[in-house]
Amino acid sequence: MTDLPKTPGSKKLGLVIDLDICVGCHACAVNCKEWNDGGHMAPLTDLDPYGKDVSGVWFNRVHSFEAGDHECGRTVHFPRSCLHCEAPDCVTVCPTGASYKREEDGIVLVNAETCIGCKLCSWACPYGAREFDEIDGVMKKCTLCIDRIYNETMDEVDRVPACVSTCPVSARHFGDLGDPESKVSKLVAARGGMDLMPELGYRPVNKYLPPRSAREQKAPPLRPSEEVAAKGFLAWLDRMLSR
Amino acid sequence: MSLLNPPDRIDFSAPSADEVKTTTCYMCACRCGIKVHLKEGKVRWIEGNRDHPVNKGVLCAKGSAGIMQHNSPARLRKPLLRTGERGSGEFREIEWDEALQLATGWLADIRKTDPRKLAFFTGRDQSQALTGWWASAFGTPNYAAHGGFCSVNMAAAGLYSIGGSFWEFGEPDWEHARYFLMFGVAEDHASNPIKIGLGKLKGRGAKFVSVNPVRTGYSAIADEWIGVRPGTDGMLVLALIHELLKADKIDAEYLVRYTNAPWLVIRAPGKSDDGLFARDEKGRPLCWDKRRSAVGDALSAEVTPALAGTYTLPDGRMAVPSFQLLAERYLDPAYAPEKAAAITGVSAETIRRLAAELAQVAFSETVTLDIPWTDWAGRRQEKMIGRPVAMHAMRGISAHANGFHTCRAIHLLQMLLGTIDVPGGFRFKPPFPRPAPPAVKPAGKPGQIAPGQAMKGPPLGFPAGPEDLLVEADGRAARLDKAYSWEAPIAAHGLMHLVVRNAWAGDPYPIDTLFMYMANMSWNSAMNVPETLAMLTDKDASGAYKIPHIIYSDAYASEMVSYADLVLPDTTYLERWDCISLLDRPISDADGPADAIRQPIVKPDRDVRPFQDVVLDLGARLGLPGMVNEDGSSKYPGGYPDYLVRHERAPGIGPLAGWRGADGGGQGAGAVNPGQLDRYVENGCFWRHELKADQRYFKHANASYLAFAKSVGFVGSTDPIVLQLYVEPLQKFRLAAQGHGPVQPPDPLRARVEKFFDPLPIWYPPFEHETADDFPVSALTQRPMAMYHSWGSQNAWLRQIHGANRLYVGRRLAEREGITDDDWVWIESRLGKVKAQVRLMDGVNPDTVWTWNAIGKRSGAWSLRPDAPESERGFLLNHLIGDVLADGSPNADPVTGQAAWYDLRVRLSKADGAPRSEPRLPTLPRPPGISEPPSVLRYGSRFRGRA
Repeated sequence: MTDLPKTPGSKKLGLVIDLDICVGCHACAVNCKEWNDGGHMAPLTDLDPYGKDVSGVWFNRVHSFEAGDHECGRTVHFPRSCLHCEAPDCVTVCPTGASYKREEDGIVLVNAETCIGCKLCSWACPYGAREFDEIDGVMKKCTLCIDRIYNETMDEVDRVPACVSTCPVSARHFGDLGDPESKVSKLVAARGGMDLMPELGYRPVNKYLPPRSAREQKAPPLRPSEEVAAKGFLAWLDRMLSR
Repeated sequence: MSLLNPPDRIDFSAPSADEVKTTTCYMCACRCGIKVHLKEGKVRWIEGNRDHPVNKGVLCAKGSAGIMQHNSPARLRKPLLRTGERGSGEFREIEWDEALQLATGWLADIRKTDPRKLAFFTGRDQSQALTGWWASAFGTPNYAAHGGFCSVNMAAAGLYSIGGSFWEFGEPDWEHARYFLMFGVAEDHASNPIKIGLGKLKGRGAKFVSVNPVRTGYSAIADEWIGVRPGTDGMLVLALIHELLKADKIDAEYLVRYTNAPWLVIRAPGKSDDGLFARDEKGRPLCWDKRRSAVGDALSAEVTPALAGTYTLPDGRMAVPSFQLLAERYLDPAYAPEKAAAITGVSAETIRRLAAELAQVAFSETVTLDIPWTDWAGRRQEKMIGRPVAMHAMRGISAHANGFHTCRAIHLLQMLLGTIDVPGGFRFKPPFPRPAPPAVKPAGKPGQIAPGQAMKGPPLGFPAGPEDLLVEADGRAARLDKAYSWEAPIAAHGLMHLVVRNAWAGDPYPIDTLFMYMANMSWNSAMNVPETLAMLTDKDASGAYKIPHIIYSDAYASEMVSYADLVLPDTTYLERWDCISLLDRPISDADGPADAIRQPIVKPDRDVRPFQDVVLDLGARLGLPGMVNEDGSSKYPGGYPDYLVRHERAPGIGPLAGWRGADGGGQGAGAVNPGQLDRYVENGCFWRHELKADQRYFKHANASYLAFAKSVGFVGSTDPIVLQLYVEPLQKFRLAAQGHGPVQPPDPLRARVEKFFDPLPIWYPPFEHETADDFPVSALTQRPMAMYHSWGSQNAWLRQIHGANRLYVGRRLAEREGITDDDWVWIESRLGKVKAQVRLMDGVNPDTVWTWNAIGKRSGAWSLRPDAPESERGFLLNHLIGDVLADGSPNADPVTGQAAWYDLRVRLSKADGAPRSEPRLPTLPRPPGISEPPSVLRYGSRFRGRA
């Protein structure tokens, strides 16, 4: 019901998230919440904030799960937010045009003025990236910090999404994934960056860098010293060591 | 886009603030620099300060949730005086004048009669340079902060071994390490620096090995996870040492140059000097000089010291190099990987492989920096060459009754590999290293306490032998917490966890007032919560409380508030001046000393006062020396900021090291600068001095660094700091236990002191494990990264991440016990039982269960609604952890008194009944003045700037 841009630009702004080093600390999720609570989609309402059924609007959530068995397995921390897909059903399903994809940079946004809160977009999004604000009656979502990345009152270095600037391990990268020469595109190429559920055909812009295989040291076994075996601690008796 | 659709109005360039102020975060103990964005006087956003040495611009989940902490509905609003029974939570609001008069009255009586009857203990406070000084001025030895139940094992083992320690006084060389071995770090200490470092380390392709019973957080991104049995890490490390010695893969040159490996140890079994270092008439240690075939000055550069052999001293006594004792011990098959495997659950094959990997990186992948430097003996070295094996260890090592020796074992491994303060290894953070152990001694011996008098010296320090203990003539403890007694001789941080019990029991003597700050001693900072609550509220035959007065200061309505008689409400961290001082716990990094301040960002909207202002005010009212002028007026009428600028601990040395001197041109030492705080604020609220390139490694033996350190008062001389493989002060305690010297342990403690004061690291099973046949499973806690060290649970955002803790159980253990996911179980220890809900997982040692600590809250506390999941489904393992063992002795490390939280053993059984955690304690009422929490939170709506 809502069209995607007829002439999508070449620019595809998005995030690259490194699952190899994400420690699951939730810094990105909370800093996102903090910025956006007072940002373009403000507020990110919390219901029953000090009570039994606390729930809030979050644009970014971190899930932790295990894969494999015991020692052989691994724990994976997986931050999840809008992937700003190239072919998003969450846009086309919108009856009012409130959910839209920007031609100039590919960011998927919701126009709060025209959103009627029908939630069709959240049903359409297989990634669970849409967050309904019960009080405003409006769907909210990651804006890729559109009020930061072009913000002329900020220093150039700060014009990145809050989740990127705050990430303590530097597991989050922001840039133009439509430009094969960009840092993020090169990172994706070098590390085998992946789409989330590519079989669904939504062509996410955001990419995930898979955990690297564990580094092995491949050290030769230690050979017992013959001298130590023969003499014990007296093996060190004859060493001439200067101070 | 639909044609009918008005365009989305986006204000791309909405300013984030009218004003941005810098300060220091206080959401945990990391002390990151933050920039607080203010709009119309309200906090709009908090971000990391890119220029700050600790966090370099990043900020964690806690720091990012600072807005919610600052605006928490649990904030106390006015001083409170108890009106009902203690623990009932019934109070009335009073004015500050009344509160301070009341406190002054109690304290003045104590000081006049017996100053020891004040016990002053602070929690995770960061102003210990002030509070310790205040306690000395008051005249009570009964002072400490929370280190005794946190990390004193790490601090003491480090400071006695290498003159520095993990976390606060050192860090891994994140830039150059090629192999990183981390022990027992439960997603904590330190928070952002470790995350920043791990990102760098993994990006460079270094190998990261995590030794930890639980595979979460940092361990999740390790290249190899070693799921060791809790409390057995020491045995694992000693087996690695065994393998390295057997293969002769140790750095003998490093040992001779920088450690006491060649120092001669007297062998005279049964004599009073057995096991002590042989010294010359000036007290300098001796070595055997191989070139001259005679004893030589072990501190001289001109000797060629022997590492092995038995030598006759000029006076006829026999002696051997300490290294020989070390090699003799750890070459013994008792430390073979097979022996360690049976104890640790880590296979012998894995132990052998780890040893081989350490050796390969240390000895075949050396890192060379083209930086010429001059060593302590004045010899120019063309390069800095390092063995790039870095290690880090923290709570999981610390919180066991064998933690001191385990931490010592790790430092021993570092020294044997030659990786201390070398490129790629562990690096000291100035003002460390300091001589091991540091020279400062605890004050508070019986003769040093007198009515109305200050104590001449600080309450905390580092005993070098039995003569430094704080004990009565009959061997009984002189301090309430029994720190520096024979029960905990090297209790460098005190034993806060025994204060409530001892105060209740009047053991070793009754007290009058327990004054605490930021310490939730009726809940998650207490061991054995049910009994602790009983002791806090217990009365004598006359109906008086056994602990007569309890004063408590906190910013929030924590569980402890309800157990106080007088509550002094503190500010939030954005409403205060503060100081992170080189005299205390600085924010230095390995490349330079640094300190920091907090400045008030906003004014409190409540009748609250910063605790440090209140302490200085009380000091002035009591007329404490140093806090009043000769005419009795307050010396610091401007409160804490006034003190920060004008207080001098020694001439030219104050709480802040930056911009000293009348013109602000000095650093480290210098006259008082009235404009000092302005200079800090201009610089982002921190000061840092960057070391020159040639001062950054080998600090313990680097002439240029040592000269700098002496010039700013970090060390007393430019003598090299010799790393201590063999710790002689421990042997002094042992000799006393064997019947030597004037200060000896009481008979019942002799055997224990003799056993545990081994000058070389030992491994022994944690005490709770030895008697726990009926309780076969270890139970641990850790703090989640989003809440580490924070009073996080009332935080509206963080509690959405961790709102109710589960008991995490390994699948194999669960199968054995017939437990499935989401089951409710009883967790039972020798003290009692707790009901909790299970979550199954794989990444946990098969004999271990664990949970997130301090998520479980008492119903009604923290302004949470009484049916909040924190109290409905969350639980606290503390109920099951004894502060004392079954025999009544402390559940603590016998060397340091460190609380042995992680030694808990339990058994599990399926629980029926309602899906609620147990035990259930009565709901605490909200203190007066605190209104019901909001049902909807839309804090940010006021900032919305739509075009």
